[in-house]
Amino acid sequence: MKYMLMMNTPSGGPYQIAQWPKQDLQAHIGFMISFAKKLGESGELVSAEGLAGPDQAKRVRAGKDGKPITDGVFPESKEFLAGYWIVDVESPERAYEIAAQASAAPGPGGAPLNMAIEVRQVMSGPPKDLL
Amino acid sequence: MPPALDTRTQHLLRDLAPQVLGAVIRRYRDFAASEDAVQEALIAAAMQWPSGGLPENPRAWLIQVASRRITDHVRAEAARRHREAIVVSLVPVEEQIALAADEGTTERDDTLDLLFMCCHPALSSASAIALTLRAVGGLTTFEIAKAFLVPEATMAQRISRAKQSIKTSGVPFRMPTAEERAERLGAVMHVLYLIFNEGYTASSGPELHRSDLSAEALRLTRMLHRLVPDDCEVAGLLALMLLTDARRAARTGPSGELIPLDQQDRALWDRDAISEGLALIAATLPRGSVGPYQVQAAIAAVHDEAARAEDTDWAQILELYGLLQRMSDNPMVTLNLAIATAMVQGPAAGLERLDAIAKDPRIEGHHRLDAVRAHLLERAGDSSGAIAHYRRAAERTTSTSERNYLLMHAARLSETLD
Repeated sequence: MKYMLMMNTPSGGPYQIAQWPKQDLQAHIGFMISFAKKLGESGELVSAEGLAGPDQAKRVRAGKDGKPITDGVFPESKEFLAGYWIVDVESPERAYEIAAQASAAPGPGGAPLNMAIEVRQVMSGPPKDLL
Repeated sequence: MPPALDTRTQHLLRDLAPQVLGAVIRRYRDFAASEDAVQEALIAAAMQWPSGGLPENPRAWLIQVASRRITDHVRAEAARRHREAIVVSLVPVEEQIALAADEGTTERDDTLDLLFMCCHPALSSASAIALTLRAVGGLTTFEIAKAFLVPEATMAQRISRAKQSIKTSGVPFRMPTAEERAERLGAVMHVLYLIFNEGYTASSGPELHRSDLSAEALRLTRMLHRLVPDDCEVAGLLALMLLTDARRAARTGPSGELIPLDQQDRALWDRDAISEGLALIAATLPRGSVGPYQVQAAIAAVHDEAARAEDTDWAQILELYGLLQRMSDNPMVTLNLAIATAMVQGPAAGLERLDAIAKDPRIEGHHRLDAVRAHLLERAGDSSGAIAHYRRAAERTTSTSERNYLLMHAARLSETLD
């Protein structure tokens, strides 16, 4: 079964990471790279992407003529989707375990961030029997 | 480019591949190296047979070519390391004599051993499935990845990890003892059952590849049945697959929407698959030891035998679910038992059964419980209760087509209330 693990920017705004000392930043980036590699090696990674920052984001809706109307950016946003992993695992418990590992990514001073990772099951095909 | 292989030769190669792989692994004890060597032998066959004609004994030909490749590799490796001894060291000294004596019995079919090895209980089911499809089914990693909707690299990792686990576990490649066999046959059947369901349950995604999985599971189970024709549960599993797969064409509408059993156009059911499944289960059931696959096949048979949904012999189905429940104590079985009870004794009796398991932690909060309750409430004439439970079930299911099906039910009932 597939799960999407979503990481939001930690509270305090999307760019606090820019204030981190080089060493902490390096540890964080190193963690993310080796985390993705490990998931690949275990045969569980379906895809993983990081998303561009909120100041590149636009909200789009169709106008009366069907043409797009855009607005945004979101400078006040406290929480913003930063990226996601999609994993294919044998049980929900395994998905939670992977999310907990992601949650413990090192932050300032190398201490685990313990950020909340949202875990959602990906919808699939029909069950084997219906009424 | 050599001339293309005709279909007969393709099928022949696919049938022979697991036998050849099994024989080569038995000799050289190295799964990964043997698989590479067999791949090379298959490629050689595909290049040479179309123009040169089939060899007299294709199986022996492939084993010989693969064996030559594997010894070439070992020698090359040994030469590089200046250690000729490695050629023999691959095989433990105490087994070298047995190995030599074995050379004559090339007609032995190692497919069963290979299946047992790939479906080893120590492997995760995802790994066992991938390895089985690769080694016994002869599917490419790309095909398997496509069927499971994951990247090829992910599937390649699963397969290589599975091979690694087999290597480190030291699982011997030999015919299992009667006890081991009984024990592991369960794992083998479970893996085949999972492969079948993976193909049968998905309507989204690249549909063609998914239904190929069911066909592959059927082919492998047929093969297993040929290898152990006296095993009633294997026969039951094959019958269950045939009787279920027979309904495939009627199971979804033009845009992939689910059509429940009682509304399916039974003219679309595959009569040949049904007769084959019925004959199998009819021959198996009277033989004694009845297991869960046979009971499920018997239930599928009762459904398939009814010319119209209203002709379904629900009393018999009720009895069979009762039997299945006594075998497995599975709350999902009790759910089906509740439906059968409602069909025989009325919806109130079915709802009573649901109440009895509603607090079971294994099923509490599961969408199927709500879906069944909604269905029974609807039959009992409680539309608003049914709507509430259809919606609750829709919120909780993780299947897109089932969610659509449940929401449509709630919407249709809502309209009748207005």
